[in-house]
Amino acid sequence: MKGNEAVAEAAIRAGADGYFGYPITPQSEIIEYLMEADPAKTTGMVVVQAESEVAAINMVYGGAGCGKKVMTTSSSPGISLKQEGITYIAGAELPCLIVNVVRGGPGLGTIQPAQSDYFQAVKGGGHGDYHLIVLAPASVQEMADFVGLGFDLAFKYRNPVMILSDGAIGQMMEKVWLDPPKKRSDNIPGWATTGKPAGRKRNIITSLELDPFRQEVFNRKLVAKYNEIREKEVRYEEYQCEDAEYLLVAYGTSARVCQKTVQLAREQGIKAGLLRPVTLFPFPSKRISELSTRVKMALAVEMSAGQMVEDVMLAVNGKVPVHYYGRMGGMVPTPDEVVENLKERIIGG
Amino acid sequence: MKEVTGIKEYIKPENLAYRKSSLLTDDIMHYCPGCGHSTTHRILAEVIEEEGIQHDTIGISPVGCSVFLYNYIDIDWQEAAHGRAPAVATGIKRLLPEKFVFTYQGDGDLAAIGTAETIHSCNRGENILIIFINNGIYGMTGGQMAPTTLPGMKSSTSPYGRDVATMGNPLKITDIVATLPGTYYVTRHSVHTPANVRKTKKAIRKAFQYQKLNRGTCFIEVVSNCPSGWKMTPVQANRWMEENMFPYYPLGDLKAPEEEKVQQPKTE
Repeated sequence: MKGNEAVAEAAIRAGADGYFGYPITPQSEIIEYLMEADPAKTTGMVVVQAESEVAAINMVYGGAGCGKKVMTTSSSPGISLKQEGITYIAGAELPCLIVNVVRGGPGLGTIQPAQSDYFQAVKGGGHGDYHLIVLAPASVQEMADFVGLGFDLAFKYRNPVMILSDGAIGQMMEKVWLDPPKKRSDNIPGWATTGKPAGRKRNIITSLELDPFRQEVFNRKLVAKYNEIREKEVRYEEYQCEDAEYLLVAYGTSARVCQKTVQLAREQGIKAGLLRPVTLFPFPSKRISELSTRVKMALAVEMSAGQMVEDVMLAVNGKVPVHYYGRMGGMVPTPDEVVENLKERIIGG
Repeated sequence: MKEVTGIKEYIKPENLAYRKSSLLTDDIMHYCPGCGHSTTHRILAEVIEEEGIQHDTIGISPVGCSVFLYNYIDIDWQEAAHGRAPAVATGIKRLLPEKFVFTYQGDGDLAAIGTAETIHSCNRGENILIIFINNGIYGMTGGQMAPTTLPGMKSSTSPYGRDVATMGNPLKITDIVATLPGTYYVTRHSVHTPANVRKTKKAIRKAFQYQKLNRGTCFIEVVSNCPSGWKMTPVQANRWMEENMFPYYPLGDLKAPEEEKVQQPKTE
């Protein structure tokens, strides 16, 4: 099935309570699939087409505030519209799942795949000091798997989770093994607004604090949470890194390209390896730092003007040269052109 | 001058014209003297208590003067981003359809930045109550022009009076939502006299009862004042409201169902 359809089916099977979305290419199959599946009749999952991405993310805010498993999906321009709601969700410490099937930008850009929303996803996106937990699928299988994982992480840390995919993985068709359907949970967290029973204090979902001292206390609490996430939730995959002299770093679609690049390079006697970050926040900085003591050079490959490469540079911290190779505007690099670029770097030093 | 130490020193028999709703907290409201918010909060708390729905009600407070409404009424609350309360309410109500959900929003929140959310939640007929406080000005941010500011009315961003040629016309959003098939009960009231307070309270009661019957969106506009923003005394402000706001925003039902009679609580 398509990556987008996998997200939709996985959401129903993960026992999601609600989906709120607005159509945008290249991810409209998600809401179409959900509307056709009509899970209200089976699992009781609510699916609403909102009047805008702004409204959709605020419906997510409302549902998440009730302690429910809720999600929204969109693509780059729509995700920009959602940023207001996302920062409020982060500020109110609500769990939710957001899927961004990235297309090329800026502006309306293209409808073809890109990875140019990395900064927006990983560094915050909206105003204020906050982070999303960002998962980067590289296959249709991971599109499905990360829905359940995303909900688990969101509730574990009371933090919004983003699946940062792209138009290629959203539209691509692959075989996928789906988890058996889970029933929707009746477990409602104690902080949720569900109507105040006698004897419990009222629950208030808010991100407002006028007292700067107390706001800073809250900011420190968030920082502590993000540090715990950095400590415990880093996920990555290595491919032929054991003896690698040249380290490729790439995620999502670019990582699939780079896996082939490694094979081609090795056929030509170049010992290349690939580190694929699965979580972009938290970023596998520690592992990249370790590997950088053993390699001669790192090359970040991404479908953007060079965004993740900055995090690779921070991780490598000057130990070896770090280069960037990428395509933009909806263009996907081929393994051959990445090999050629790698060879130029090797000759150029 | 006498120092204000707390609410308790005002609780004397001669001051107790009305019983205080048990849902009103002891927090001192931050509103300016004469402001309609506190009265509207009071009757809202009374209705929720009298209807016995305090354990099943979730309120959404807006961005604006009433942002801290959640400090004053002892129920569960969500604080929405500016203008987004009806979308937040939609999310809550769809997932908890058996609960009572209402928003409380000012004119800037509901009729400017949140116009799309207002219109579309009413158009979907979300089974919620929207309480709309219209005082024709942005109070919280210091008296700027609102979408409902009257022609010629002065504010800090229309210092020479609202010029409709360049600043547009006051938006009668209540009239607009009354035309939508999704709304069930649309009405306009005020809280500046005891008689009007009673009428507004009755409207709020009706709206919650209709919500129980899944009738669709109920929308109550409260035409209100802003003595500080209008730079008037409370008495002057109420008079100005009667003379200028009411002709443009006439009180009364814009859409009223014929069928149900409202059940009055036993305590009244």
